[in-house]
Amino acid sequence: MDALLQFVFSGLTVGAVYALVALGFTIIYNASDVVNFAQGEFVMLGGMITWFGHDAGLPLMLAAALAIAVTTAVGVALNKFAIEPARGAPVVSLIIITIGASILIRGATQLIFDKQIHRYPAFTGENPIEVMGATILPQSLWVIGGAVAVFVALWLFFSRTLMGKAVLATANNRLAAQLVGINTNWVMTLSFGLSAAIGALAGVLVTPITLISYDVGVALALKGFAGAMLGGMGNPKGALVGGLALGLLEALTAGYLSSQYKDAVAFIVILAVLFVMPQGLFGKTSADRV
Amino acid sequence: MSKWLQLAILAALIAALPLLFPSGYYYRIGALVFVNALAVIGLAILIGQAGQISLGHAGFAGIGAYSCALGPEWLGLHPALSLLAGAALSGVTALLIGRPILRLRGYYLAVATLGFGILVAMVIQNERALTGGPDGMAVAELGLRDLLRDLGWRIGGGEFWYAVSGIVLILGAWIALNIFDSPTGRAMRALHGSEVAARTVGIDVASYKLKAFVISAVYASVSGSLLALQNRYITPDVAGFLHSIELVTMTVLGGAGSIMGAVFGAAILTILPQVLTALADYEQLVLGAIMIVVMIFMPQGLLPYISRRLRRTGK
Amino acid sequence: MTFRTTTALLTLAAIGLGNAATAEIRLGASVSATGPAAFLGDPEAKTLEMLVEQLNEEGGIDGEQVELVLYDDGGDPNKARTFATRLIEDDEVTAIIGGSTTGTTMSIASLAEDEGIPFISLAGAIEIVDPVKEYVFKTPHTDRMACEKIFADMTDRGITTIGMISGTDGFGASMQAQCKDVAGEYDIEVAADETYGPGDADMTPQLTRIRNTDGIQAILNPGFGQGPAIVTRNYSQLGIETPLYQSHGVASDAFIELAGPDAAEGVRLPGTALLIADLLDEGDPQKEVVTAYNTAYQERYGQSPSTFGGYAHDAFQLMTNAIREAGSAEPDAIRDALEATEGLVGTTGTYSMSAEDHLGLDLSAFRMLEVADGTWRSIE
Repeated sequence: MDALLQFVFSGLTVGAVYALVALGFTIIYNASDVVNFAQGEFVMLGGMITWFGHDAGLPLMLAAALAIAVTTAVGVALNKFAIEPARGAPVVSLIIITIGASILIRGATQLIFDKQIHRYPAFTGENPIEVMGATILPQSLWVIGGAVAVFVALWLFFSRTLMGKAVLATANNRLAAQLVGINTNWVMTLSFGLSAAIGALAGVLVTPITLISYDVGVALALKGFAGAMLGGMGNPKGALVGGLALGLLEALTAGYLSSQYKDAVAFIVILAVLFVMPQGLFGKTSADRV
Repeated sequence: MSKWLQLAILAALIAALPLLFPSGYYYRIGALVFVNALAVIGLAILIGQAGQISLGHAGFAGIGAYSCALGPEWLGLHPALSLLAGAALSGVTALLIGRPILRLRGYYLAVATLGFGILVAMVIQNERALTGGPDGMAVAELGLRDLLRDLGWRIGGGEFWYAVSGIVLILGAWIALNIFDSPTGRAMRALHGSEVAARTVGIDVASYKLKAFVISAVYASVSGSLLALQNRYITPDVAGFLHSIELVTMTVLGGAGSIMGAVFGAAILTILPQVLTALADYEQLVLGAIMIVVMIFMPQGLLPYISRRLRRTGK
Repeated sequence: MTFRTTTALLTLAAIGLGNAATAEIRLGASVSATGPAAFLGDPEAKTLEMLVEQLNEEGGIDGEQVELVLYDDGGDPNKARTFATRLIEDDEVTAIIGGSTTGTTMSIASLAEDEGIPFISLAGAIEIVDPVKEYVFKTPHTDRMACEKIFADMTDRGITTIGMISGTDGFGASMQAQCKDVAGEYDIEVAADETYGPGDADMTPQLTRIRNTDGIQAILNPGFGQGPAIVTRNYSQLGIETPLYQSHGVASDAFIELAGPDAAEGVRLPGTALLIADLLDEGDPQKEVVTAYNTAYQERYGQSPSTFGGYAHDAFQLMTNAIREAGSAEPDAIRDALEATEGLVGTTGTYSMSAEDHLGLDLSAFRMLEVADGTWRSIE
C-alpha cells in the first residue's frame, strides 16, 4: 500500500510537470492552430534564468520573477519575429519554424549561460512529508499546486473573460474574428506571452526537483506534447488530465512492471487511446472545410 | 520539368561533382547527402504528395539499419539481402500500423507516428543482448568492394560509397517520379488538396494514404541500411526522435513537393553543419536562425522559391 | 535553371568547407561538446584547448607548434565518422583524440584502422581495446574495472546482495551489463535491477521497488549527468539506510553540489586522484600532474575539472609524449611510440602500454572515495 502511494506521489509530481508544459501548448494552439515545439525551451529558460539570478545573489523569488518576465519577452519576440511574418505558411512550415526557434534558443542559452547542470534550493525546505509510509517533497506540492492553479486560471480565462473568448474566436476563424472587431495580432501576442510565462513558471517550480541544464527542453516538449495529445489538443482540461495521466502511467509501470519499458508503455497507451478516440480524451471532433 | 530531364540533371550532378572535390572527405559528405536524400524523397511522397505528416520515420530507418547489422550477425544473411529484408520488414510494419494510424489527422497523426518511432528506438536501445544497446553494434562489410578489388578495380571506401549511394538515389528518384506521374500520384495529390473532395470523386482515401506511408517507410529503411553499411557501426540514434525531425526538416526546407527539392533539402542540411563548424559555439544559434528565416521567406521551401525567382528574372 | 543554382551553391559550400594546412604538427579531435553526452565532451574539449595552448606557449614539441583541429560531434556516431573522415582526409592530421562515447569511438576506430592513423579514445567500453586494434588506444578505465573496484569494497564491508539502478544512456547501460557480468566473481548477487531514462525527473518508484526487495544490503547506481544526483536525492527522501554506491561517471564536485551535501553524505564511488588533489601525500607520483591540471583548469574556466576532462588530459599527454619520443609526426612512428609508452603519469593513473594492452592501466589507478562533510575523502 505504501508502495502504491509512493508511485502515485511520483506520478503526480512528474505528471504535473508534463501538465504544465501541455497547458502552455494549449494556449498557442488555441490561438493559432500552431503546436509550438519551442515550448520546452520556455521551461528551460525559466529554470536557467532563475538559477543565474539566484547565483548572482538575487533573492529566489525575485530571480524567479525576472525569469518569467524575460521568458515572456522571448515568447512575444518569437511571435513577433518568427510566427507573425510567416502568416499563411503551411502548418508544417510553422512546425519547422518553432523547431528552428527551439534550436536557436538552446544555442543562445548555451552561449549566455553554460552547459552545466544546475539547481537552486526548494522554496519551502527539503524535508520530505510523510503520508502513510510514503514520502513527498514540499516542492512537489508546489509543482502540483502550480499546475492546478494554472489550469483553473486558464479555464476561467477561456470560459469567463471576453479576452479568452476572443482567443478562441481567433483560432476558429481569423477573418471572422477580425470582422467582429477582435484585434487578432494582439491575441497572438497575448497567447505567446502567456504560454511562455506558463512555461517559465514550470521551469521555476521544477528545477529544485529535476535540475536544469540548457538541453532539457526537447524531452520536456516531447512529453508535454504527448500529454496534450492524449488529453485532446486545445482543451485545458485535456492538458491537465493528459499530463497527469502520462506521469502516473510512467510511475506505475516503473513500479509494477518494468522501469526499462515505462516510456514505451506510456506511448502504447497513447496510441491505443488515439485509435479509439482520434481526438484524444477531451478533444472535439471537427468538421472538415471543403 | 519532365521526368527524364530531372533524372538526367541528377545523374549529371552526381557524376560531375567529384571533379570539384579537393579531398576524399567530400565523397563522404556526398554519400551522406544521397543517403539522406533517399529518405527525404520518401517523405516528399508522404508529406508533399499525400499531405500526411510523420514524426517517426527514423523508426523505419532504424529497422533498415539494424536489419543490416543483425541479419549477417545472427542469421548469416548477406548484408545486401539484409537490406532487402529490412525494406520488406519496414514495408510490412508500415502496412500493419498504417491503417489505424492514418485515420488520425494533423497533430494527432504527428504524435502517433512519433510514438511509433520512439517505440522502435526504445526496443533497439533496451534489447542489449541483441543490439548492443545504446553503445551500438558493428555492421558487417558489404563485401562488394573486395569483389571489385579481386576483379582488379581498386576503389577507396569514400568513392565507393559515393557511387553506391548515388546510384541508389537515382534509382529511388526514378521510382518516385514514376509514382508522381501515375494515377496513384494524382490521387495522392487530390487527397492532399482536400480529403472530402477526393472522397466525393470516388478516391479510396485510406488506401492511397496507406500506399504513401508504406512507400515512404521503404525509402527510409533503405536509407538507414545504406548508412549502417557505410559507417560499419550503428547506434540507436539512427532511429531516434531527432533523426525523424531532421528528415522532416530536410523535406520541408527543400520544398516538399518535388524530387529535386528533396535532394536540395538533404544537401543543405547535411552540408550546413559542416560549414558551420567554423562558428564553433555559435553553430546551433545560426542553424536555428537559418531554419526560421528560410521558412518565413520561403514557406514552400528553398527550391520552389529559387526557381520562381529565376523564372521571374528570366521574363 | 535549377541545375545551375544547385551547382553554384554546392561549389560555394565546398569552398567554405576547405581550409589549408599551416602548423607542422596537426592533431585532430572529435568530442561530444554538445548533445546528450556533453557532460563528458564539454570538459574534454575545454581541456584539449587549454593544453594545446599551454604546450605552444612552452615552445611546442621540440620547437614545433601544435595545431588542434577540434570538432563537436554532438554524441552522434554518424557525425563522428564524418568528422574523423574530415580530420584525416581534409585537415590531414597525424593523430586523433576523441570519441567521448563508445558509439562515437567505435565509428571513428574502424576508420583510423583503415587509414593507419593513431587514435586515442576517451570512452569506457572494454570492446574498444579488446581485442587489441593496431591503431586504437584509450585512456579511461574500463567500466569493468569500476565494477570490480566497487565490488571489492562491498566485499570488505560484508555486502553480498545488492540492488542496481542504472541510466539507460550508453554509459549507464554499459556499466550495468559489465557489473552484472562480473558480480559472480565477487559472490555478489544482483537481486534487483532497475533503470531510468536520461531525462527522468523522479526515481522513487524504482528505488521503492529495490527497497522492498528482500535482503538488499547496498544500492549501486551506474550513470552520469543529472540522473545520479536525482537518485541520491530520492534515496535520501525515501530514508533508505543501506549504503549507496555511485560510479566514476559522477566523480566531480558538481555531484555533491547537485545532490546536496546532506543527501550525498556517505556515498561511495571509484574515482581518480584528480578529485582529492589536495589530500594526496607529497610523495604520491600523481600529486604534481593532478595539481597542475586542477589549478590550470580552475584558473581558466572557473570550475573544477571532472574525471572526463582528466581522460582528455591524459590522452593529450600520451599523444604529445609519443610524438616527442618518436621524433617525428609520422602516424606509424607515433603509433609505435604510443605502444611503447612506459610509466607515463596521468590524472587517471600511470600508463604502461604494450602490444597486448592498449589501455595500460590497472585497478590501482582507481581510488575508493567517500563523501564526508560535503567533500571527497579517500577511504584507503
